[in-house]
Amino acid sequence: MPRFTLNGESFDTPAPVTVATLLERLGIDARRVAVEHNLLVVKRNHYEATALADGDQVEIVNFVGGG
Amino acid sequence: MDPFLIAGREFRSRLIVGTGKYPSHAVMQQAHQAAGADMVTVAVRRVDLTDRSAGSLLDHIDDSIFLLPNTAGCYTADDAVRTARLGREAGLSHWVKLEVIGDERTLFPDNEALVAATRTLVQEGFVVLPYTSDDPVTCRKLEDAGAAAVMPLGAPIGSGLGIQNPNNIRIIREFSRVPVIVDAGVGTASDAALAMELGADAVLMNTAIAGATDPVAMAAAMKHAVIAGRLAWKAGRISRKAYATASSPLDGLISR
Repeated sequence: MPRFTLNGESFDTPAPVTVATLLERLGIDARRVAVEHNLLVVKRNHYEATALADGDQVEIVNFVGGG
Repeated sequence: MDPFLIAGREFRSRLIVGTGKYPSHAVMQQAHQAAGADMVTVAVRRVDLTDRSAGSLLDHIDDSIFLLPNTAGCYTADDAVRTARLGREAGLSHWVKLEVIGDERTLFPDNEALVAATRTLVQEGFVVLPYTSDDPVTCRKLEDAGAAAVMPLGAPIGSGLGIQNPNNIRIIREFSRVPVIVDAGVGTASDAALAMELGADAVLMNTAIAGATDPVAMAAAMKHAVIAGRLAWKAGRISRKAYATASSPLDGLISR
C-alpha cells in the first residue's frame, strides 16, 4: 500500500496509482493543473506512465488570483 | 500607432492587472474589461483537495487575455524556479513574472537570488519578467541575465504609496534596452500617470484596482491614467522653472 506526500500531507492509496489515476480519483480536471513528482514537473503526456511509489513527493497546483 | 512589445509579442494595453483580492470573480472580470487589459497575472498554488467547489479562476478570465503566472511568495531562487516550471505546465506558456522575496514585512525582492533565478529560467527558454527593486544597477544585471523586461517597484506591494523614487525610475528607463514596467505601489490614477510620464513602458497593479471601493470604476481610471501618462511622456513636457513666464503677450497692453 503506497504512502506518499501529496501537497504536503500524507496520502495513502489501497492500490498502486499513476498520476493519471490519482487525478481521476480526486476529481481533478487534468487540463487545469500542473503536477510535480519528486521536484520535477510531470508533462501531461506522461501522466499515464508516471507511477507513484512509497515515499514520493507529489504536488498538484493550479492558478489562483494573484498580482 | 504605439505598439507595446515584450520579447516580440505585441500588447494593445500598457496596463497589466492582477487577479487577486477582488470582491468576486464577476467584479474581477468587469474590472479587466474596464482596464482594457490584455495581460493579467495569476498565482500558482496547491489545489485545495478538501474543497473543490470554488471552480477554476480561469473560467472568469476572458480567453483573449494573456496569462502571466507569477512566483509570488517564493523566498528562494529554487522555489521560484520550481514554481515557474509548474506555471509553465499549467498555463502552457513560457512567460513568468519572477518574484523572489527577501523580506516578509516589506516584500522587497532578494535581488541576488532574483538575478540567479532569472539566469536559470532564461537558459530554460522562459520569457522572464522580474519584479525588482527600483535600483538601476540591479535592473542592468537582470537585463544582462536575459530578462525580457524589468519591473521595478514604485513602492512596497499593496502599499498604495505611489512612486517613491521617481528619479530612479527615470534612470532605469534611460539605462534599459528592454521594456520597463513599474510593478507595485500604485495607489491611485495619478501614480500610474506619473510612472508613465517618467518613461515607463507599462504599469502593473493589483491592489489599487481590486481594493478600491469600486474596482470597476478604478480600473477605468487607471486605463485613462496610463494612456494620459504615455501621451504626456511622448509629447515631451516643458522644463521646470522657478519663476513665471507669461502666456499672454506683453506688447499692446492698454496701460503702457
